Amino acid sequence: MSGDARGGGEGASSRGSGPARGGGEGASSRGSGPARGGAEGASSRGSGPAPAAEGVARRLAQPPLQREEVKTIFEKGAPGRRAFVCPEIDVPAPPDGLELLPARLRRSEPPRLPEVSEPEIVRHYVRTSKRNFDLDSGFYPLGSCTMKHNPRLHERLAALPGNARLHPLQEPELSQGALRLMWGLQGALAEISGLPHVSLQPSAGSHGDLAGVLLSKAYHEDRGERRLKVLTPDTAHGTNPATVTMAGMEVVKLATDGQGGIDIADLEAKADEQVACLMLTNPNTLGIFDPNITRIAEIVHGVGGILYYDGANLNAIMGYSRPGDMGFDIVHFNLHKSFTQPHGGGGPGSGPIAVSERIEPYLPVPVVVRVDGEGEGRRTGRGPRGGEDGREGAATPEGGDGARFELAHERPKSIGRLRGFQGNYGTFVRAYAYICSLGAEGLKDVSEAAVLNANYLLARLRQLGVAEHLPLAYGRLCMHEFVLSGAPMRRDLQIRTLDLAKRLLDHGFHPPTVYFPLLVEEALMVEPTETETRQTLDEFAVAVAAILSEAAEDPEIATNAPYPPPVRRLDEAAAAKRPVIRQPL
Amino acid sequence: MSRYTAITDADRAAMLAAIGVGSAQELFDSQIPEQVRLRRPLDLPAGLGEQEVYEHLRSLAQRNVSCEDQLSFLGGGFYDHYVPAIVDMLCERSEFLTPYTPYQPEVSQGGLQVMFEYQTAISELTALPVSNASVYEGPSAAASAAYMARIHNRREKIVVSAGLHPHTLQSIRTYAHGFGSEVVEVPLCGEGLTGADGGPPPGAGVTDIEAWAQAIDGRTSAAIFAQPNFYGAVEDAQALAEVAHERGQGAVVVCQADPVTLGILKPPGECGVDVAVGEGQPFGGRLDYGGPSFGFFAATEALMRKMPGRIAGETVDADGRRGFVLTLQTREQHIRREKATSNICTAQALNALAGMVHLAWLGRRGIVELGELLLARADYARRRLCEIEGVSPMHTQPVVRELAVRIDADLDEVRSRCIAGGDPAGVNPGIDIERLTGRESDRGGLLVAITERRSRADIDRLAEVLAEAIAECRAVVA
Repeated sequence: MSGDARGGGEGASSRGSGPARGGGEGASSRGSGPARGGAEGASSRGSGPAPAAEGVARRLAQPPLQREEVKTIFEKGAPGRRAFVCPEIDVPAPPDGLELLPARLRRSEPPRLPEVSEPEIVRHYVRTSKRNFDLDSGFYPLGSCTMKHNPRLHERLAALPGNARLHPLQEPELSQGALRLMWGLQGALAEISGLPHVSLQPSAGSHGDLAGVLLSKAYHEDRGERRLKVLTPDTAHGTNPATVTMAGMEVVKLATDGQGGIDIADLEAKADEQVACLMLTNPNTLGIFDPNITRIAEIVHGVGGILYYDGANLNAIMGYSRPGDMGFDIVHFNLHKSFTQPHGGGGPGSGPIAVSERIEPYLPVPVVVRVDGEGEGRRTGRGPRGGEDGREGAATPEGGDGARFELAHERPKSIGRLRGFQGNYGTFVRAYAYICSLGAEGLKDVSEAAVLNANYLLARLRQLGVAEHLPLAYGRLCMHEFVLSGAPMRRDLQIRTLDLAKRLLDHGFHPPTVYFPLLVEEALMVEPTETETRQTLDEFAVAVAAILSEAAEDPEIATNAPYPPPVRRLDEAAAAKRPVIRQPL
Repeated sequence: MSRYTAITDADRAAMLAAIGVGSAQELFDSQIPEQVRLRRPLDLPAGLGEQEVYEHLRSLAQRNVSCEDQLSFLGGGFYDHYVPAIVDMLCERSEFLTPYTPYQPEVSQGGLQVMFEYQTAISELTALPVSNASVYEGPSAAASAAYMARIHNRREKIVVSAGLHPHTLQSIRTYAHGFGSEVVEVPLCGEGLTGADGGPPPGAGVTDIEAWAQAIDGRTSAAIFAQPNFYGAVEDAQALAEVAHERGQGAVVVCQADPVTLGILKPPGECGVDVAVGEGQPFGGRLDYGGPSFGFFAATEALMRKMPGRIAGETVDADGRRGFVLTLQTREQHIRREKATSNICTAQALNALAGMVHLAWLGRRGIVELGELLLARADYARRRLCEIEGVSPMHTQPVVRELAVRIDADLDEVRSRCIAGGDPAGVNPGIDIERLTGRESDRGGLLVAITERRSRADIDRLAEVLAEAIAECRAVVA
């Protein structure tokens, strides 16, 4: 459906594997065209002098989406055009003839929103959409982002009126289905993480980070201690240290050892009574499961600190290992990574947290509680067996097990609210449906396939000789993702990781994460996920190998990539220097 | 093999051979230390087929009473607006639904352009020059603005109006406890007082500007108010901003605005406000029991490099062709780590797209017409409800889309009677204000929300049902 935007995987790889030189020439002939003229054309956009005849010919030789001059919705339409027909004002005017809104509170000029017809809107956004690469169209091995398939069943379920049109302040007795679903999800997340108490409230992973750091702060404060240091490894996601600062605490960096885990000596030196918590991703962003995890937990607990688990990489270990069993006190989940909430081009996400008994009193409000006899007092659920997840309710939709749920707001030691309402319920529906679909065995299969796929891809790259230029940064095997270093490639082939990434676009693949983690030079971070077939992994490996051998012949092919529409490399420096971040109207 | 994986036995054998290990278990065992391996299956039910999962979740959804089933006047931040069909259709497109943050701009031009358009629309609505590409949602957007003010002027006092949504006040307190700022709450005028005629005193219902002026000083980092406020009253935003600037030289003035009202209300930027934030759900959002939605965040140019969140910018490609990229990234966590201006990463791109499409659909004239319709209906609803014996206005300020009345009867009981209904189904008359604010002065307060989906006939029905419920409750007491 969107293949025309990029020529699709096949078309693109035939371009890639075809006479690469030709691709390069084509590109450089475009590149050597009147670039200045192009820039002027762009700036005079809209004022509309007809381009020169040769320009027309050149443009017609390009695919439609490439020759199209990009216009925003604000540059389309015409004064007076519209899509919305407002319902008539059906109420009488006020009897005293008073103005409902005094002039001084009124807006003088309407906001300059677009004036467009409905067909124009549809065509505009459908065409705009085709300028995106998406997971449904091709391989998207973006490391630490877990770009796994998004089952459309979940979209159907989230759209049911009982979910989509349920008001967040509806009475709990009229929201029992939603609360039961949340209870079931809390229980499942508790079981998967090995930590008994769950709050679904945080909006994304970084919000879960904030919850976690504030929870550890509250825990120490409640014990009369002021601890401000937070240990974060140099492999940590940027959200970890950024969160620490937002929470008014201080980042203490930990070094990475030769195996890719935390440097124990460094940890021992820095772990003291000032430490509030350690934030750790395990497996970490190198795809390495820290072999010293129990020792790390001992050290941090030994000085009275809390262990916080960044759940970005949970997809590697579901059913194999649990953060709670590793000694962590707090975990956040990314429902948009491990549990299939579609990434949406950058959200919505969801970042529930699970915590140990000692952290439970501080959980954000509100939490879902069960208020009938059986589960009472157990605030946040456990394993969802025995009908606690509402499964029995499925067999007897009228409420067979008689469980009742409420939202508890009165929690004296709570850190408070992090946002409005109960959290991103729409993402809970999808995650819960996913867990119901897969069950215990299916979740374990997911992690098995994710780890198998990553190791297989790593092995295939080795077989094709890629390791010579792009060696594995740490270790021999990996968990669900691995990090290659492009330093030898840069030295020997004169192409950078960025060039490799851009050339992969020509092959119809989304590139892996690049230049992260920071401690690996020219890093390339690959996470294939369980979604991909062996054939796809083979094709990707072959494409990487082809780019390297092509670069050995002519590095400029990669350094000028990508070549397909809609645009070539973009000038990010200019964008930052003189920011144009809205349409001038 | 689970439903969403693809490894056959033959695949597995070939893959293990390539890797050079005997089994998948070996892959895990060689990396996960023995002490932390899970030695039992997860205690979760077995997986279900697609149809079974559908039926199970459908039966759960049927236990919820949604705005589809009940005439509802619930609001308080989330509103039952009519969302055009094109929003669903466009948001379901794989190209928008399934990519991630546009880290590779060459193949993310669609998403980046949508962000750029969205930023333009928010900038227009708020009359502030700079907008980011979205933050999580409304209340945390206000808390993020407080944090931005803190890193901007390094002051440690946040002054908030009691007219802010209770969830906003609570979120600000949670964040502020983290970054170490004090929160000072300024009451509304006439709180707990009665006017000469037994109704609210004139001027009641909006931020007490004298108390506001007194609370704000040279130590004030941010001064935050809502427009309209939680009680539906339209604030004199210009006066609040002027006083805040005058008293708190260098304080950042933040307005949490209901974006639907900005077609007719003087926009924050024209009132001298530095930052406008708010809940974007009214544009393109489902109710979704509270999320996901999007938060918007717009500011003056001076604050551009302190803003949280993604920002798309226009540039050109190697051929001089117009294109879009993520820009001003040196603010962000993935570059600056502990020196970032915010920790936010994944925000609400898809919800922002929905908002942009809805705004384009409403258009320049539609947003004004919608505002006028809500203004007329909200005023009518207030007049109509206050004709009922036992109902009085909580304030007499202008209202645009939500109004607060006081019920002289046991509100719990009144609401239950309205909701219970029968045939036809019940009416949810709105929010019990005290339940959300916890303020004793709000006892009996009912917050009634109006959208274009609540016609005059619906408002009349609410009035009838409410009148009956109040009469019954009073009769029981008598």
